[in-house]
Amino acid sequence: MTVLEAHSNSVADHRPSEEPRLTYVPAKAWGTRIAAVALLLVVVSFLWSIASNPNFGWTVVGEYLFDPRILSGLYLTLWLTLVTMVIGIVLGTVFAVMSMSGNVVIATIANAYIWFFRGTPVLVQLIFWYNLGALFPELSIGIPFTSLWISVPTNTAISPVMAAVLGLGLNEGAYMSEIIRSGLLAVDPGQRQAAKSLGMTSGRALWRIVLPQAMPIIVPPTGNQAIGMLKTSSLVSVIALSDLLYSVQTIYSRNYQTIPLLIVACLWYLLATTVFSLIQARVERHFGRSSLQASQARRARQ
Amino acid sequence: MTSPMVVIDRVTKSYGEVPVLRDINLEVAAGEVISLIGPSGSGKSTLLRCINHLERIQSGSITVAGELIGYRRVGNLAYEMPEKLIARQRARIGMVFQNFNLFGHMTALENVIEAPVQVLGIPRREAVERAGEILARVGLGDKLHTYPRMLSGGQQQRVAIARALAMKPRLILFDEPTSALDPELVGEVLDVMRALAAEGMTMMVVTHEMSFAREVCHRIAFMEAGRIVECGTPREVLDNSAFERTRAFLSKVH
Ligand SMILES: Nc1ncnc2c1ncn2[C@@H]1O[C@H](COP(=O)(O)OP(=O)(O)OP(=O)(O)O)[C@@H](O)[C@H]1O
Ligand SMILES: [Mg+2]
Repeated sequence: MTVLEAHSNSVADHRPSEEPRLTYVPAKAWGTRIAAVALLLVVVSFLWSIASNPNFGWTVVGEYLFDPRILSGLYLTLWLTLVTMVIGIVLGTVFAVMSMSGNVVIATIANAYIWFFRGTPVLVQLIFWYNLGALFPELSIGIPFTSLWISVPTNTAISPVMAAVLGLGLNEGAYMSEIIRSGLLAVDPGQRQAAKSLGMTSGRALWRIVLPQAMPIIVPPTGNQAIGMLKTSSLVSVIALSDLLYSVQTIYSRNYQTIPLLIVACLWYLLATTVFSLIQARVERHFGRSSLQASQARRARQ
Repeated sequence: MTSPMVVIDRVTKSYGEVPVLRDINLEVAAGEVISLIGPSGSGKSTLLRCINHLERIQSGSITVAGELIGYRRVGNLAYEMPEKLIARQRARIGMVFQNFNLFGHMTALENVIEAPVQVLGIPRREAVERAGEILARVGLGDKLHTYPRMLSGGQQQRVAIARALAMKPRLILFDEPTSALDPELVGEVLDVMRALAAEGMTMMVVTHEMSFAREVCHRIAFMEAGRIVECGTPREVLDNSAFERTRAFLSKVH
């Protein structure tokens, strides 16, 4: 008798036994449970020591939480973050595509931009744009070799807000372009070829086929960048703009309630971060539809 | 006698110093099914990719349905056309890839209507209706709203064929359409291709499926080292080849 026959016989011949069925008891991970409880105790007592400590000045926090000066600082922070992120994403897409161009000059220019703006402190860039008037007293645009030129004094064209938008936006563009480039590279080149073979131009293939599939890779780090920008934008205080952090600083420099006012700022930053994270999760879900169907089907089969 | 669908005339192509296609001459009649066989690296894929100008050729010319591909001819000069016009030529030449290359973020139906709507400007409703018909024809009438990753390889390749058909191509290029499939899924894709051949579609098929080549193809071209060594009916090439190289290749494939 061969092994194979023996095997198939034994399967065919096996009779269900008469013994009662086993009841399975999952292992209790006691170590993990104890650690969880201990951690919870530490966290609760820590929070309690903060909440019950009069030195934190919770009444002052309550007083200033909705102070109009702070709210207008919050507004500037949110506005700057949104505007510079939009600029960053648009510039980032353009420079990502340029840096992947077959033309050496175009690719080199894009890479030089990325190199420069990632390589210098954003604080310096802000101060530079703010002081542009000292370097170029007049800004002119027009058509070369003709008399069609318009000139304006730099200091009227570049207001502090403009300088902030330029400084933060151009800097963000350099970081975003690396994020977007990595997303574009992750899409199989076969996708672009299939799109071209169907008669799409490379622009349409990028927009309809490649970018949407790069989004799941692009979105999470972009969310990170946006949350980072909430706080990076507080650098604009060096060019006399009153963002959230700067407005609490102005207040506590007069009333010396430093800690409570910093807590006010942190509460608003935390709230904004929470909202941004929720938006990010939403966007991620939107671009993950095709994998969502797969995972739902997998769950249904189980 | 109708004019040929594809005329490949003295085509050469190289990547840098390395010649990949050397002096290729081939005519494919309208409604003809021709298969390209040959060892790996002989230039079969490159030849297909030149026919829709995914790759540039260095000399010679490729004509599909009387149109010079990729260039505008003025006297003896050929100016490369702007991307838009090349795209318009590609729109009428279907291509089916070894790895399917379905758009992963789109359902089967969306894959099929994408180019008709975006490139040909067909109204969405009309495109959806036609796509439904075509998908039903390749046996996927019940998978319209399924994403590619939920489909088997054979089903994905049939969606890819449907996607090419939706553009009403004059010619379809197949680059090893069944090579990435499990053996039991090869048949369903070949059945679809067989049906297309019977309807008179002009097809150029790079394949290692000798039985398909024998049954369905009108002619077989054997390529080696960038040249077409011989081209003839399946009987001539597969059974009584006069060329030592062809016989050596075939003995390895079988
Ligand atoms: N983008 C490229 N750059 C440089 N060389 C290439 C490129 N694509 C293909 N080649 C070379 O061209 C030759 C022909 O390649 P091709 O893909 O056309 O062969 P093939 O006949 O399709 O082979 P296979 O059966 O393996 O698909 C090979 O030697 C290959 O290395
Ligand atoms: Mg190949």
